[in-house]
Parts: sequence; C-alpha cells; structure tokens
Amino acid sequence: MRARTFGAHVALIIYTLIALFPVWVIVINSFKNRQAIFREPLALPDKESFSLIGYQTVMQQGDFLLYFQNSLIVTVASLTCVLLFGAMAAFALSEYRFRGNTLMGLYLALGIMIPIRLGTVAILQGMVAAGLNNTLLALILVYTAQGLPLAIFILSEFMSGISSDLKSAGRMDGLSEYSIFFRLVLPLIRPALATVAVFTMIPIWNDLWFPLILSPAESVKTITLGTQVFLGQFVTNWNAVLAALTLAILPVLVLYLIFSRQLIRGITSGAVK
Amino acid sequence: MFKRPHILVFLAPAVIVYTLVMILPLFGTLQLSLFRGEAFAGLDNFRTLFGDPRWSASFWNALGNNLWFFVVHMIVQNPIGIALAALLSSNRLRGAAFYRTAIFVPTVLSFVIVGFVWKLILSPIWGIAPGMLDAVGLKSLFQPWLGKEAYALTTLALISVWQFVGIPMMLIYAAMISIPEEVIEAAEMDGVTGWSQFWKVKLPLILPAIGIISILTFVGNFNAFDLIYVSQGALAGPNSATDILGTFMFRTFFGFQLQLGDPNMGATIASVMFAIILVGVSLYLFLVHRRLRRYQF
Repeated sequence: MRARTFGAHVALIIYTLIALFPVWVIVINSFKNRQAIFREPLALPDKESFSLIGYQTVMQQGDFLLYFQNSLIVTVASLTCVLLFGAMAAFALSEYRFRGNTLMGLYLALGIMIPIRLGTVAILQGMVAAGLNNTLLALILVYTAQGLPLAIFILSEFMSGISSDLKSAGRMDGLSEYSIFFRLVLPLIRPALATVAVFTMIPIWNDLWFPLILSPAESVKTITLGTQVFLGQFVTNWNAVLAALTLAILPVLVLYLIFSRQLIRGITSGAVK
Repeated sequence: MFKRPHILVFLAPAVIVYTLVMILPLFGTLQLSLFRGEAFAGLDNFRTLFGDPRWSASFWNALGNNLWFFVVHMIVQNPIGIALAALLSSNRLRGAAFYRTAIFVPTVLSFVIVGFVWKLILSPIWGIAPGMLDAVGLKSLFQPWLGKEAYALTTLALISVWQFVGIPMMLIYAAMISIPEEVIEAAEMDGVTGWSQFWKVKLPLILPAIGIISILTFVGNFNAFDLIYVSQGALAGPNSATDILGTFMFRTFFGFQLQLGDPNMGATIASVMFAIILVGVSLYLFLVHRRLRRYQF
C-alpha cells in the first residue's frame, strides 16, 4: 500500500512541476540582468545577476497602475451586478409559481451554452449607437450579461433547497417580499454567492476579446489588454517583458490563492449534483 | 403575474440586461449575415463564404484547424485529467489539496500570459526548451515548434491542454469522490481490484462527468481566439496554419493590414460558428446526455 501512494506522489509531483514550471521561469528571470537571463535561464538570481531594470522600464513606460484600476472597476462592478441581479432572478424563479416560469428559466439558461462572443458584431454596433464604445460601462454590461445565465442556474438550485418554514414565518410577521429576499434569503446563500463570484470573476479578469473590440482606448484599457499591447511593443526588451509578465501574473495568482478553497469546493459540490 | 409586481421587479434587471446585451445582439448578428451593406442579400454571404475560392479556402482551412484543435484536446486532455483525478482520489492521499491547487494554477492565468510564456520558453533564441533537451541528450529533437506549419497548431493545442487540464481533473475528481464506499467495497469483495476496478466500476460512474467536459471543451474550442491571437497574431501564422474560426472572424470583421473590415461577412462567419455550436450542443443533449444512465444510490 505504501508503495502505491509513493507512486502516486511521484506522478503528481512531476505533473505539478510541469504545471508550475513556466510561471517559475518567468518570475525568477524577471529579477535578473540581461546577460544572466540568456546565459543561465534556469538559475536563481544571485548577488551578481540580480537586477530590477525590467520593473523600472515597465513602471516608466506602461500605465500598469491605470490598467489595473480599470480591470478592478470592471470586475467588481460586473460581479456586483451578476450576483445581485442573478440572485433576484433566481429568487423569482425558484420562489414563485407563475405562468411562463419554466419557459423563463429555459430562456435564461440558453446563455450557458451559447457564447456571447458570437454576438460581437451587433454588440459593437449597438454600443457605438449608444455612444458607449471606449467606456468601462460597455464592458460591465457585456460581462453582466455573460455571467448571469450560470449564476441564475446555480443560485436557483441553492434557493430551492432553503426550507419554506422560515419564509412563511417571515410573511406571518408581515415582512414584504423584498425584505424576505434581502434579509432572510441572501444571508443564507452566502456560500453559493461566493462560489458563483469566483467562477464569474476569473473569465472577466482574463478576457481579451471584448476590451480589444469595445474599449481599446488608452484610458480604459484593462490589464489583460494592456499587457498584450506592452508585450507586442517590447518584444526585444527581455527584462521589461519578463517583468511585465510577472506583474500581470501576480494579481490573478493572489486572487486565486485567496479564493482557491471556495473555487474547489464549488466545483466539487456543483459536479456531485 | 401583474397582481404580484414583486416578481417583475425581481426578474426585470437580469432579463433586461441579458436580452439587450446578449440575445438581441445574437439575433442581430444572424440578421446582419443576410445583408450586404444596407441591402437584403438572402444567403448570398453564405454562398460567398462556402463558394468563392478566395473565401472558401480560408474558411475550410479554419474549420479543419478548429476540428484538429478540438481532437487534440479530447485525446490528450481527458486521459490526463482522468489520470490526475484517479491519483488524487486514491485512498486518503496526503497533500491532495496542495496538488489540486497547484495543478489548477495555469487555468486561472490569462491567455495573454500563457501564450507569451510558452512562446518565450519554446523560442530558439532564449533556448530553455533546446537547453533542457540538450541536458538529456535529445537536442536533435528540438524544432521551432511554433514557427513550423506542420507543428504550430498541435503545439498550441497542447499549450491549451496544459492550461485547462485542471478543469477535467476537478470535475472527474468530484465525480470520483462521490462514488459511495459500499460500491468500492462490494467490488473488492468480488475480487475486482486495481485496474479492472477502474475500468469496470469507476469509469462507467464518471462517464457523465466526461460527457459534460467534452461538450464544454467543444464550445470553448469552437469559440477560441485569444491564445492564437496572442501567440501567432491576427494572421494566425505561419501561413495560416493556426487559423481557427475565431481568428478568421476577427480578421474578417475588423480587417487586418491590407484587408478591409467587413461586418456582414464577419456576422456570416459568426452565424456559421453559432450553427456549429448549436448542432454540437443539441447532439450532446439529445444523443449523449439522455443515454447516460444517472446512477442513484
């Protein structure tokens, strides 16, 4: 038995190294001078080869802080809308029996399988007509629409699991339907909201397509688009490229490590159903 | 419904945003594919796309590449995902949470980072890949994989597998840990252990998870764009060897270098992608999903 787990560990360690190796190579080399990057790409930076020149170039040239701020605004705003609107719609669908209930559920679920990207041509025309191109609002609207179907689907599963006694008691006490939703139901589904938040956040933060098409202007660039443009311009400046990559990896990595337990729990509990 | 206005209030924001930004543009795009400029053109754009040699060559190339991209995912990603999940779920493995977290890291990185990182590593100039092959005496195997027509697409597909293998691993892992102890014990009592236990007991139970992963991969692959754009540019080089439907649509819609942007043809390609995804999803729902037995305990 011990021999078998030993084999499992060896295989998993090898795969973990394959998964992390590229990130590791980029990060250690971003702290080296140019000669060391080329001479010994796999060595750790030491007293001789340590250099921050790449980070200096990035900080002087690129507007990383602005891009970071834009990404943060877009992600937080979209996430808030997805969670709030999604929970409200999920509540309406799971709590009340009304005509067209099932049909509405199906209509909203369509978006889980059909990618919003296929509507890009008309989305761009609509945004231009509304004067919203090159604004962060355009991105927020698109990501809200993109995130809603899955959020509604997952949240209504959770909501139908809440016992009705509590809600009936609330109604007896004269609470309005809105207070029942905000004061009784929302606090109860917090774990589900956290799971949905993580699932929604990662694709929004990483998206390149819509920033590239809807909001490519300098002042509204997201960090993903900003990094892409920067890497394109500085292909030959290896210090700057490696530093930019490290800076771009950092925020997602930190977010992931903070929320990883929630993400993994969400995937495992969601799939078991 | 009108006697209970709160239902409307709860539904309205989600339905309005979803309809205005997602459903209407989807139909708007389908509609645009039937026009040429302002004039209604029927199926002319589709005829051009499939029939005009200048268009059809690029289209069939992109479609074929897209299919190969998907095939590589299916034959590489699923077995690795299953193997990792099986190792992770083997009896009370210490440190399973650490491995899971680490192997999932590439999945949360953006395509921009992933594409560029691999471009650097595989680059003949920097030479991490040739250097490492040299260290084990296999330097003769090294090729500029991303720069050769014969290898570029497969290389990119493998990079994408590297990035996303965490998802099948997680879903299959979830399916495996939900197999009840009694089932495994009963199999062991009958002398079914090790590999035959995996093939005869566990694999049939995780088939639904594999089905879901396959359809998610299908939708993701036929809608892909970012990785190719980031690592090979909008022209999807070398010599269009890595051009897939997503990059083809982007170039057509926006124009690139000497080519002028054409919203109608862009919408036509998007409509074809829509049809492909719709057919794939329907086939899955009606043929595969219904036949997979749901195991209830």
